Amino acid sequence: MKLFTGKALRWEWRDSVVELMLDREPANEIGLAMLEELEKFVAAVETFAPETSACIIYSERRLGFSAGADLRELYHGAAQLAEKERLCGVRAFLERIHAVFNAIDAVPFTTIAAVHGVCFGGGFELALTCDIIVADKLARFAFPELRLGLIPGFGGIPRLKRDLGNAFIRDLLLTGRSVNAARAQSVGLVAQLAAEGEALHIARATAAQIIKFDGVTRAAAKKFIKPIPHEEFRREIDLFCELFARPTVMAALKKFVESSDAMPYLP
Amino acid sequence: MRTLEQTTQEVLDLASKHFHVPAGSLAPEDDFFKKLGIDSLQTLEMLSRLENHFGIELPDYEVQGVSDFRTLASRIQSRL
Repeated sequence: MKLFTGKALRWEWRDSVVELMLDREPANEIGLAMLEELEKFVAAVETFAPETSACIIYSERRLGFSAGADLRELYHGAAQLAEKERLCGVRAFLERIHAVFNAIDAVPFTTIAAVHGVCFGGGFELALTCDIIVADKLARFAFPELRLGLIPGFGGIPRLKRDLGNAFIRDLLLTGRSVNAARAQSVGLVAQLAAEGEALHIARATAAQIIKFDGVTRAAAKKFIKPIPHEEFRREIDLFCELFARPTVMAALKKFVESSDAMPYLP
Repeated sequence: MRTLEQTTQEVLDLASKHFHVPAGSLAPEDDFFKKLGIDSLQTLEMLSRLENHFGIELPDYEVQGVSDFRTLASRIQSRL
């Protein structure tokens, strides 16, 4: 299926490049709707992978690439369940997220995240599945999970460790602060900076370069330099679920969901 | 080296330009949420513009609880 339009995203394959557009109001929060359509994308990829050279993932939402997990859906879904069912549900969701993110991480063609605005939490983790991140100058990256008593649960820390130095990761994780695109580029997270609104344009120019090369060689090189840290992902899921069981997490989620704070996205 | 007054004026000018508020209508003691009509995500956009303009990094936890331009400018000034 080379063309798809869903409730949370759509994709279009053309001339060996597939563009995956995230488009769920207000800021591409990742909940069940987004997950289900990402799973459809991954299934469709298997059919057109052999004739694909590059994939660009970007957002149609003004606010940014993605603000992360759908915390409202998470809270309301979890609040209705008894503790044991709640934890089973959270683990099941994480397993599905990891399966789809790992699949995107390992596709045999080059993936480019074109990022603008907020790229937080689970949204940041989606961008990290990509081989190359292009960010416009107003993009911001953050792992705000500690504010909720959690750690990033979609594979973000193992992926960041794969790519970057531990000191920067500790700063992001332990302060919960966001960093701008220039800082992200200085540490090697962002490959190319774009002017405001130009990340997609730059990503397309990058894809045009990528498609010049032999697909078999590209796939082999990518597999060689980009291992999937499966064992760390397992430990991350276990730790996330262990932390989620603490009462402080549901209390923090409730506070976020019910907040009329002018700055709920600030640490 | 900029003075705090210069920094404050640059903050006001930048906010006015990018959030389409008439130049000169913003004052240092104004609440930027109310005057600019922005939410927290747009505040982060403003933070990025300020960081790019002044060539600094301003951790967003330093902006927590800040709502007026003058205090925001003082946070920036301490990183120049």
